[in-house]
Amino acid sequence: MTEPLLSVQNLSIAYRVGARDILAVSGASFDVPRGSIVGVVGESGCGKTTMARAVTRVIADNARISGGQMLFDGQDLAALSERAMNDLRWRDIAFVPQSAMNSLDPVYRVEYQLHEVLRGRGGLSKAAAQARAVELFEMVGIEASRLRDFPHQFSGGMRQRVAIALALALNPRLIVADEPVTALDVIVQRQILDQLRELQHKLGVSVILVTHDISVVAYICDRTVVMYAGQVVEDAQTGPLLTHPLHPYTMGLKNAFPDLQSAGSGILTPIAGAPPDLANPPTGCRFAARCPFAQDRCRQTPPVAQEPVPGHRVACHRADEAPALRALAARQETWGEMA
Amino acid sequence: MTDPTPLIDVTEARLHYRVGSAVSAMMGRPAVVKAVDGVSFTLNRGESVGLLGESGCGKTSMGRLLVKLEQATGGSVRFDGEEIATLSGPALRRFRARSQMIFQNPFDAVNPRYSIAKSMAEPLANAGIPKAEWRERIIAALDLVRLSNPAQYLDRYPHQLSGGQLQRVVMARALILQPDFVVADEPVSMLDVSVRAGVLNVFRDVRDRLGLTAIYISHDLALVRYVCERTIVMYLGRVMEDGRTEDIVHRPLHPYSQALVAAVPVPNADQSHAPLPIGRGAPDPRNPPSGCVFRDRCPKAHARCAAESPKLHRVEGRGVACHLFDT
Ligand SMILES: Nc1ncnc2c1ncn2[C@@H]1O[C@H](COP(=O)(O)OP(=O)(O)OP(=O)(O)O)[C@@H](O)[C@H]1O
Ligand code: SF4
Ligand SMILES: [Mg+2]
Repeated sequence: MTEPLLSVQNLSIAYRVGARDILAVSGASFDVPRGSIVGVVGESGCGKTTMARAVTRVIADNARISGGQMLFDGQDLAALSERAMNDLRWRDIAFVPQSAMNSLDPVYRVEYQLHEVLRGRGGLSKAAAQARAVELFEMVGIEASRLRDFPHQFSGGMRQRVAIALALALNPRLIVADEPVTALDVIVQRQILDQLRELQHKLGVSVILVTHDISVVAYICDRTVVMYAGQVVEDAQTGPLLTHPLHPYTMGLKNAFPDLQSAGSGILTPIAGAPPDLANPPTGCRFAARCPFAQDRCRQTPPVAQEPVPGHRVACHRADEAPALRALAARQETWGEMA
Repeated sequence: MTDPTPLIDVTEARLHYRVGSAVSAMMGRPAVVKAVDGVSFTLNRGESVGLLGESGCGKTSMGRLLVKLEQATGGSVRFDGEEIATLSGPALRRFRARSQMIFQNPFDAVNPRYSIAKSMAEPLANAGIPKAEWRERIIAALDLVRLSNPAQYLDRYPHQLSGGQLQRVVMARALILQPDFVVADEPVSMLDVSVRAGVLNVFRDVRDRLGLTAIYISHDLALVRYVCERTIVMYLGRVMEDGRTEDIVHRPLHPYSQALVAAVPVPNADQSHAPLPIGRGAPDPRNPPSGCVFRDRCPKAHARCAAESPKLHRVEGRGVACHLFDT
């Protein structure tokens, strides 16, 4: 079973706004190996949510999958009928939306919302659903006595756990979790990540975890996909990705994060500038305008993804110079004035 | 900065909010939330201190108390020698100009219908600064927070700025009257990571250039460490530990600080996944445990912790409120 559970190939998604197409995801490829947690990182607006939602096919009305495939256990999700896709949702692929914390319906007890999925989707009997709801609450570390509470009676962290319990309800094979710990305190964040990892080990479920925080992927993800302006720029095992990044954007992202393990309080270096307009992206490398290593060829031709190290893919013209670029990227002057 | 007297002197400060009805009080349900409950510390001129803790620990309430957005219900807060509770008239206006707060969400901090120039002019008008000086002062303040070509922002509206730019405008507005003291409440938590570093750098830079005394509120020790040489760890309205940030990062003494330090994720795949040394649950300020408020989540709690509230013991140059350090 070396075949990945999910293989996204050359996926493109555009939003129609007026007469313009916003190319939110362009030619993205990555795999989710069975039983692994794959992180998707990048700054706001880079297309993380769009790509993650595409996998569940819960996309906005004005969004269109304009190309590519999403092979889930061999079948292409992009080509499935809405009906067939609907059969997969919750049972095989479950979704924890961004700010899931606020996505629970405030007027219903959480028990009712769990039952909706368990009985409505899973066809469980009332008694079976009740037993399963208790089991799910225990799994995510909430006392079963609180099943009859309303969402507002839970703290943010608990609501996030409820959202995870909902996703787990029908034993899916893939959970897509969009920023599941953003906006939570460090302690709650850590407890939820630990829970997620434990469940993943125990149940063998695979997870796509969308986050803007590379500390979160460092903590929990087996592999990490780095996105920039709608494209996957780097994709590798998390360890090598963080210690030996091949893409200048990944190198820059690392510099912008405070690291409690670093010797001094260090200096954080932002990446100056802003991502390009996705309605009209540049022709060459999309990162070129902010990349301290950009050359003429970068501005002219888009870099093609390559795999210089097995299992480590990168899309950069200068990937073969990565060791030298890493040394430069570690110096603050490289990134210019504080942006 | 040669004045050796502290700028801020807080003694046994309390902020108890009254909640619930008389009936619930009669039913034995607590009718107060002790957001701040007997906090003492001093802040020297030019010092930056982080207030660290989980949501609900009272750090924002403490910050609001210090700038008199909230009135203490007990204890005392002195600013430059004066008790702020009793300030009024011109003395209060002077205090308002000298102490400022920067809020978490920059989009809440300004009126969306006001241009940047108009928002920035508000504090100048309140302080009675002659109108002729406004433009120059606004531009100088925007320049201070490193917004390049500041004049371009004057006629823009908040939604026409990025989060990072707007947070800098908010910071500029807080600095425009050249305060001595600034409380920044999670000023980067709503910002995208790629711009956070820039805003933090500006904050550090401005503070150093103006010699500001500052409080930086956060739940993330990695951020606090980047900005503050000293950290006060709070839990349920009380100080748990107060000491040099580096000491707390490398050797936290209070059991709660130990959990907070262990919880900070680092951008490094090779890190400990050991369970956090803290019990589940969230602090409930309506119903704190007896004795040490941390005891129901503390892995080292013992009989004395339920019976008696620990004092802030002096240990290795810091304060630690835990019975384990009563030697
Ligand atoms: N319904 C929509 N209509 C038009 N454009 C959209 C829509 N939803 C998202 N976009 C745009 O698509 C791009 C990608 O958005 P997406 O939400 O996928 O980013 P993200 O990486 O998840 O960002 P964040 O970290 O802020 O959640 C952005 O430019 C965004 O403005
Ligand atoms: S292709 Fe060029 S511009 Fe793009 S990341 Fe690589 S070096 Fe930088
Ligand atoms: Mg998103």
